[in-house]
Amino acid sequence: MKKTAMISVCAMACFVATGLGGCTDSVRQRDLTIVGWGGSSQRAHRDAYWTSFVVDTGITLQEDVWHGGIGVLRTKIQAGAADWDIVQVETEELILGCEEGLFEPINWQMLGGREAFIEPSVHDCGVGAMVWSQLFGYDADRMPEGPRNWAQFWDVQRFPGRRGLRRTPKYTLEFALMADGVEPADVYSVLRTPQGVDRAFRKLDELKPYTVWWSSISQVPDLLASGQVAVSMTSPGRLLVANREEGRNFRVVWDGNIYAVDYWVILKGSPRKAQAMQLIAHMKQPQNEVRLPQFIPTGLSNREAIAMLDPALKRDTPSNPENLRHAVELDAQFWVENSDALTRRFNAWAAR
Amino acid sequence: MNARGAYLTPGTRVARVGLYVFGALVCAFLLLPILAVVPLSFNAGAFLSYPLSGVSLRWYEDLFGSSGWSTAFCNSLVVAAATTALATPLGTLAALGLARLSSKLKPLMIALLLAPMFVPVIIVAVAVYYLFAPLGLAHSFLGLVLGHTILATPFVVIVVHATLRGFDVSLLRAASSLGAPPLTVLRRILLPLIAPGVFAAAVFAFTTSFDEIVLALLLAGAGQKTLPLQMFDGVHDQISPAITAAATLLFLLSVLLLWMVELMRRRRARLFGGTVEES
Amino acid sequence: MPALEASLSTGLHQPSDAGSLRRALRRGERGRKRMALALIVPLALFLLVSFLVPIALLLARGFTEREVPQIWPATAAALRAWDGTGLPDKAVASLFVEDLVASRRSGQLSTAASRLNYAVPGARTLVIRTAVALPLPPGSEPLAGLIQLDPRWGERETWAAMRQAAHGYTGFYLLAALDLRTDADGQVQPVPQEQAVFIDVFARTFWISAVVAALCALFGYPLAYMLANLPERVAHVLLVFVLVPFWTSVLVRTAAWMVLLQDRGLINDLLRDLGLIAEPLQLIYNRTGVYIAMTHVLLPYFVLPLYAVMKCVPAATQRAALSLGATPLQTFWRVYFPQTAPGAAAGALIVFILALGYYITPALVGGPEDQMISYFIAFYTNQSLNWGMAAALSLVLLAATLLLLLVHGRLSGRRELTMR
Repeated sequence: MKKTAMISVCAMACFVATGLGGCTDSVRQRDLTIVGWGGSSQRAHRDAYWTSFVVDTGITLQEDVWHGGIGVLRTKIQAGAADWDIVQVETEELILGCEEGLFEPINWQMLGGREAFIEPSVHDCGVGAMVWSQLFGYDADRMPEGPRNWAQFWDVQRFPGRRGLRRTPKYTLEFALMADGVEPADVYSVLRTPQGVDRAFRKLDELKPYTVWWSSISQVPDLLASGQVAVSMTSPGRLLVANREEGRNFRVVWDGNIYAVDYWVILKGSPRKAQAMQLIAHMKQPQNEVRLPQFIPTGLSNREAIAMLDPALKRDTPSNPENLRHAVELDAQFWVENSDALTRRFNAWAAR
Repeated sequence: MNARGAYLTPGTRVARVGLYVFGALVCAFLLLPILAVVPLSFNAGAFLSYPLSGVSLRWYEDLFGSSGWSTAFCNSLVVAAATTALATPLGTLAALGLARLSSKLKPLMIALLLAPMFVPVIIVAVAVYYLFAPLGLAHSFLGLVLGHTILATPFVVIVVHATLRGFDVSLLRAASSLGAPPLTVLRRILLPLIAPGVFAAAVFAFTTSFDEIVLALLLAGAGQKTLPLQMFDGVHDQISPAITAAATLLFLLSVLLLWMVELMRRRRARLFGGTVEES
Repeated sequence: MPALEASLSTGLHQPSDAGSLRRALRRGERGRKRMALALIVPLALFLLVSFLVPIALLLARGFTEREVPQIWPATAAALRAWDGTGLPDKAVASLFVEDLVASRRSGQLSTAASRLNYAVPGARTLVIRTAVALPLPPGSEPLAGLIQLDPRWGERETWAAMRQAAHGYTGFYLLAALDLRTDADGQVQPVPQEQAVFIDVFARTFWISAVVAALCALFGYPLAYMLANLPERVAHVLLVFVLVPFWTSVLVRTAAWMVLLQDRGLINDLLRDLGLIAEPLQLIYNRTGVYIAMTHVLLPYFVLPLYAVMKCVPAATQRAALSLGATPLQTFWRVYFPQTAPGAAAGALIVFILALGYYITPALVGGPEDQMISYFIAFYTNQSLNWGMAAALSLVLLAATLLLLLVHGRLSGRRELTMR
């Protein structure tokens, strides 16, 4: 018995010691940290930009994943615990964060000047990362004929099964109004009235018993594939990549989509500001940027890259005029003004 | 304890069978869910359901091939080892002190030393984060180790203290009265006797840190992702078979550590002539 | 010296009757005590500094105001002097304009703006936009100038909220934790229906904990009874079924349930193959999943201590009952159960206490309407930085936990420090 005990003690010590020996370089100063939205989007960015950046510059890069929310960024800056350098943010986070001084200004000189980019992707604090859409999709293997618009998305009699929705008021309220018969073009003017907001929440009430709320968009392909939800809000790229890589048969519906731009920002006080800027410049060089759509369908921001892009790769992005019929651009200004109040109301509503 | 064996009536027999069936079901409920995940991690396909479409190690290859998982493993190992190194001596000394303390202070001290076990972890996590963030300790290895040490020390105190309960103090006095200097008493008598308990306590501390997630969620930054955090991100991303592979490895590690603690308990029982009660 | 006598006799020393030895003994006792304390001090100090102090500091945030008094000190002082009727005078406004500019320069503007936003939705944007638009045109009157920038500066509610936040102590967060607020006149009122959430959350937290504790008792009591009455060797083998889950990481177990409870997970597949259901049951991302997973996680905490209690029940009492003619059922119900009920109650209470503070399991297997209080504490720490709310909610949770621990202490009597 004594022998077994001794041996187990030694084995344990050896295990920890060898492990630690192999791990010595993991404890060190934090590397340049870039934060994306996880899943296939993160993989696409890695394959298109980050791997080559590490090879070219020798700068080690660390990745993290987040799921949005200006509060997360505020927390990092205000609590004095920022562990990220570059973050991919949504439009209203860019505008709010810039106003609140959460981001470093972008050095446009390094990117070849503002004129080199399409207008919506240029901002003092950020540069457009990709142009994308929020819409809905389903698994055609399970449901050969799925809903065709948001009204049908809400129709649980005709299309039985649970619905996947993002756990944010943004997009959810807009889609609820579209489901209630509001034209995409009018969504934000309705939502700007208190009655419009109430109307959207009432419409959401209808669907609430059937809803599975996701917080990470990377969950969507899995939720659909496992049958946990029948139809889900999503960005097209996630599902189309799953079709290509995992042989799925997901279908996306462009009717009533909302398109928007995501931005790269550098967090205030980043100790690796220069390297961060270097990485952004790397991603935005035309010959680099043009690679991203090969990995995930998305619109680009550098004019030269857009000109170089194979038209076939534009099909599933907001760059395709087909996809902009009966669609609306995200009204960032609306969300800048209302995201605090509506998020609070939405969270309270969802938690009930 | 089969006191009533002789008085069995048919009714009791039925009741007893019912009890055994129910007990077996509860046992199954406890262990089967964890075990069910293990074969899934060897599934050749990407689905998380039976029957398996084939046996393969591809998800383990995924795990070991990805830099995220191996970094997380390293981070966990470093943090857990450091936590163990810090919590074990602190807790052992305190347990020795507690055993010698016989005043009104004792309940107070016990309350203080064990408090981290009873305060909800989320409160400990938020409070420590609140203190550490302005000091630059949030998102650092040191911060995470200190945090885990808070959670681990009560276990060390309890385990070592339990060892001392079976301990015959007269042995120490006998040694002293025979002229042994205090250090010799410590080295030759005390340490060998409590060593199994201390080792078991160290394992407790190690696994407390290795499995911990709530504190890590707040205190670990992008540079300190631990294994549980990586898994947490994983289940948020996609409940893939890679998650089941990671779960299987963590589960095996837990079983290994449990086995070690059990070994130490038996050894302790033998040393103290079986005076340490079972469980 | 009765106290000393008592402590001596409970100590590891054998008590000595020799009166002449008393002095020497007392000296020895003091030395021993000093030695014992010296051994405890390192850990006690560590816990004091890294555990008790931070918790105290955090909880203090639940009823103190930091942001406005620290970031806009002059404005805060002036607002405290204001009587709260009408609008503050232009002196206050002019100090505020100066403070705004200064805080924007020092980078603390958004922290102060966030604080106002808790009370007045939209105030964050208001403050930041105003600060960006400053300075006011030369020669303009400060209050009028502010109102010109945004009419909300002409509303009493805005200034009243700021005045509330300017005091050193506040009931704001604790009231908010109970879905209450004070209006511009200082009257306590319920928050608007669509914002009320915490009463629900507290009720739900207690309800879920109670259900989980009840389920643990239901499953755990028979199991512990069986284990305690089986031959030692069999019981030890079966104990593995309890100990292994106990040792396995909560995250691993929760992940296992996520795999099993999916629509196409093992449970639904099994039920379908058995022909019990046609459509998959929804077992995850709802309350059912929370109950199942939490009961699984917490069951060992009920079984292990109860098993220890049951092992100590003397068999003789039952034998006596049986030999006196009681039926086995009567024996169990009148003799065995009363002896083990306090242990079971204590175990259920421990499960209840642990469940109150649970976070990870409900966060992963529950939906938004299944989240418990810990989720909101975490939310106010890492999703939306609001130390005041995090502290106020922690205060309520901690108070409930400590209260129940006291009850537990009573229930289980004076028990030795035990584990497992």
